[in-house]
Amino acid sequence: MELQAVLMAAGGGSRMMDLTYNTPKPLLPVGNKPLIWYPLNLLERVGFEEVIVITTKEVQKMISTDPKVKLDVKMKLDLVCIQEDADMGTADALRHIQQKVKTDVLVVSCDLITDAALHEVVDLFRAHNATLSMLMSKAHEFTETVPGQKGKKKTGEQRDFVGVDGTGKRLLFMANEADLDEGVVIRKSIMRKHPRMHIKTGLVDAHLYCLKKSVVDFLADNKSISSIRGELVPYLVRKQFSKSTNSPKVIDETHQNLKKNDSNISSRDEELLHLTQERSCWNDHRGDMSDAYHGGRLRCYVHIMDEGICYRVNTLAAYIEANRLAPKLFDEPAVHPSAVVSERCLIGADSIIGASCQISDKTSIKRSTIGVSTTVREKVKVTNSIIMHGVTIEEGCNIQGSVICSNAVIGRGADIKYCLVGSAQRIEPDAEVNITYHYKSITYNNCHKVSK
Amino acid sequence: MADCGEPDGPGNKDDIARSKNEGKELTKEEKQRLRKQKKQQKKHKERKNEKGPSETEKDETPVSLLPPPPPVATQKAPSALPAPASAPIPVPASAPFHSSPAPSPADKPAKSKAELKAERRARQETDRAAKQPGSSSSGIKTKVPLSELNPVVKRLPEHVQVDDPAVVKRLAKKLERQQIPLRSDYGYKVSLFSHLHQYSRKAPLTQLLSIPSTVIHPSIVRLGLQYSQGIVAGSNARSVALLHAFKQVIRDYTTPPNEELSRDLVNKLKPYISFLNQCRPLSASMGNAIKYIKKEISNIPSQCKEEEAKTKLLKCIDRYIEEKIVLAAKAISKYAIEKISDGDVILVYGCSSLVNHILCEAFEKSRKFRVIVVDSRPRLEGREALRRLVQRGISCTYVLISALSYILPEVSKVFLGAHALLANGYVMSRVGTSQIALVARTFNVPVLVCCETYKFCERVQTDSFVSNELDDPDDLMVTRKGKTQLENWQDVSSLGLLNLVYDVTPPDFVDLVITDLGMIPCTSVPVVLRVKNLDQ
Repeated sequence: MELQAVLMAAGGGSRMMDLTYNTPKPLLPVGNKPLIWYPLNLLERVGFEEVIVITTKEVQKMISTDPKVKLDVKMKLDLVCIQEDADMGTADALRHIQQKVKTDVLVVSCDLITDAALHEVVDLFRAHNATLSMLMSKAHEFTETVPGQKGKKKTGEQRDFVGVDGTGKRLLFMANEADLDEGVVIRKSIMRKHPRMHIKTGLVDAHLYCLKKSVVDFLADNKSISSIRGELVPYLVRKQFSKSTNSPKVIDETHQNLKKNDSNISSRDEELLHLTQERSCWNDHRGDMSDAYHGGRLRCYVHIMDEGICYRVNTLAAYIEANRLAPKLFDEPAVHPSAVVSERCLIGADSIIGASCQISDKTSIKRSTIGVSTTVREKVKVTNSIIMHGVTIEEGCNIQGSVICSNAVIGRGADIKYCLVGSAQRIEPDAEVNITYHYKSITYNNCHKVSK
Repeated sequence: MADCGEPDGPGNKDDIARSKNEGKELTKEEKQRLRKQKKQQKKHKERKNEKGPSETEKDETPVSLLPPPPPVATQKAPSALPAPASAPIPVPASAPFHSSPAPSPADKPAKSKAELKAERRARQETDRAAKQPGSSSSGIKTKVPLSELNPVVKRLPEHVQVDDPAVVKRLAKKLERQQIPLRSDYGYKVSLFSHLHQYSRKAPLTQLLSIPSTVIHPSIVRLGLQYSQGIVAGSNARSVALLHAFKQVIRDYTTPPNEELSRDLVNKLKPYISFLNQCRPLSASMGNAIKYIKKEISNIPSQCKEEEAKTKLLKCIDRYIEEKIVLAAKAISKYAIEKISDGDVILVYGCSSLVNHILCEAFEKSRKFRVIVVDSRPRLEGREALRRLVQRGISCTYVLISALSYILPEVSKVFLGAHALLANGYVMSRVGTSQIALVARTFNVPVLVCCETYKFCERVQTDSFVSNELDDPDDLMVTRKGKTQLENWQDVSSLGLLNLVYDVTPPDFVDLVITDLGMIPCTSVPVVLRVKNLDQ
């Protein structure tokens, strides 16, 4: 077997608590499919037959009953539960399943929605015998207004600095602004080997990593690393250029320790590989006297996507953007066949209506997503919104730019603009709600401006 | 031991000559009919005996991926009998030399195929048992009477014919059967070379494969990628990498029940070889290595246990690499160093691992010489050769091939590497080599070609058009000051980009060939081939 897929679905969605306080993040509906369906679909399309899914008990229960996951996903899902309150990072989770990992792993996050060609990432991993290979994408501006935010919020989001070499494939440098004190510090050893480095900041990390098995074993020995993205990847990138005679628990040693286990086989093979490299007239860089890869054994590669969809749904803005674009990823009809839609309603071409919906007369639905089993009464105008499952919208409502979570009830004549209504909340009739989060069970009557 | 590929006397040559010249179908069909009749008679006799094993054979035939093995007649004499057995299976007209395993379920019932298989196996077993204790002379003796019945079909590689739709269709069918995706050609091909494949590096074969590759062993997928991206380039490096990958395959191989390792492993390797061929056309050295491995695998006795057989095969591979590549390089450098004298100015072209090895060894032995490295676009491999030589301390000059006639007056010897040595003495090497040999001959500079014997090839070619390799045409595009002039070359209908990889140098331009068997003139290559075949 070449690669094992590991799907990390135990995250809490800490950056969008408003949505995830009730529904766990892997099961948030995006385009009427649970969020976890997207990476599973990606893996299935590419040809994986088995996936190890690391998740919490709650999610495990819901996944096993979710119809979408059960019906559409043909792969074998091996669900591994971890404690919700254990506060495990992604690297901790990998350490937890170390026994199940028999070969190189492909780690995917459950909030990744992309149509990337995975073979590009894996080809880098295979061809160069890399230790790490990851996917990144050029970040796109989010154009939709996010409910609950007054105006465009441009907080100083921590930037990522990614340094690549001339070909754009070899990863030389990776640091987050949070870890840097004053400026970007680049070691001389890197500059000596790769005098030309391109540093990019506008990239989104897709959190899709191909890791060698020795890395997982290394994690088992080094319990201090708890996050793949935050600690392991920068460590590996730095380690490419450090001299090999360092601390004892070094990853090179783990490489060698493994090889010593079947020493006869690997030493001969190592010789052959060395002979191949010696006889081959290829070099990955030009201009200095060193051999290919500068004789380094650890190599990290990155594939940067220029075009195509790549989103990580971990903030509210990303969630809304993903809902807009997710339908483009699959060819299902916009209006589910089991939805009951009356003739005299206007449904825009870019709206999605879920199964078993009831849309009544004289409604207008534009650029929105309506969830499963939602009832929309007459004379309702829904624009630019996301309505989740089981919602009831009474007559005459006007919903604009909002997110209405599952099982909410919107009373008659309510006017909701740029709001987020939490799960199972009720908006009273004739309420006028503007730019707010509504998830506390406080009822308002005939109010005009309601703020948090 | 049975010989590998020895021509079986005049009968075989006539057949091949006839089939080459005339409408082959008639003569072959007549032969097929005769063979069919013979087979029918034998079948009736052995039907009752073989009923037991044939039952199990029937179960196996739907399981195995491929139809009955094609005439692997270069291996040994007994397989001469299966050659005619599978020849009645309709042979496509255009293949001059051998039939690819075309399926024929409609014509013959599965039972007869199974029975033929069983007969063949029984005969092979008896022959193999007879062969083991006997010497080579008895092997030849057993071969002669059999050959009178059926001439051994010599298996030569098929010519690539991309512009012939029938051949392309056959290839597509074969790949489909082996579950290998077909790589599509890219871009406009110059008309003289339209019979060759031209692939784009940006469209690797892996995008059509599933990611945890199950059909093809992961080390073979990795190797194919490394070939197509040029990470493993150079005849020796490719062969070593191929054998290394085969070692992994053999290590991970387990014999399925009711199958024999000697047969099943060869069948397992065939789709891998097709895959590698799709990634990048196989080189002559790789072809010889594959032939050697297949022979070794087929020669494993059936009573050998799996573990034992596997270790034996791994050892064989190690020995082959050690003998044919590493020790051969040592022997060649020993001979070549005699030819290098102090004060020499040596010209080398591109990056040949063997020539670099020779020069480094000569420098270790304190010969005083300097090197001129000639390079050419688009590969610019000379830069790598330059780096390796300068790293050792050899003083070098670097020029592009356009400056060749300007620096040749300084040169005292030319050392060239070879990709393959053809049976008529022609040297197949990187494109540009023949030009260098020509100009050197004009300046009366001796040209020495260094080549290991495992690169000697049975093919005959007098020009560079018939069989060559087309590399990615986009490599010819160059970006200077941010502008790429040829960016939209595909839109210009009258423009074609040609990126040839190999060319052939006639033996008149080559003064000496240095091989591990010694220093021979170019015209002695067929002799070496003959001696090699007798040894094997």
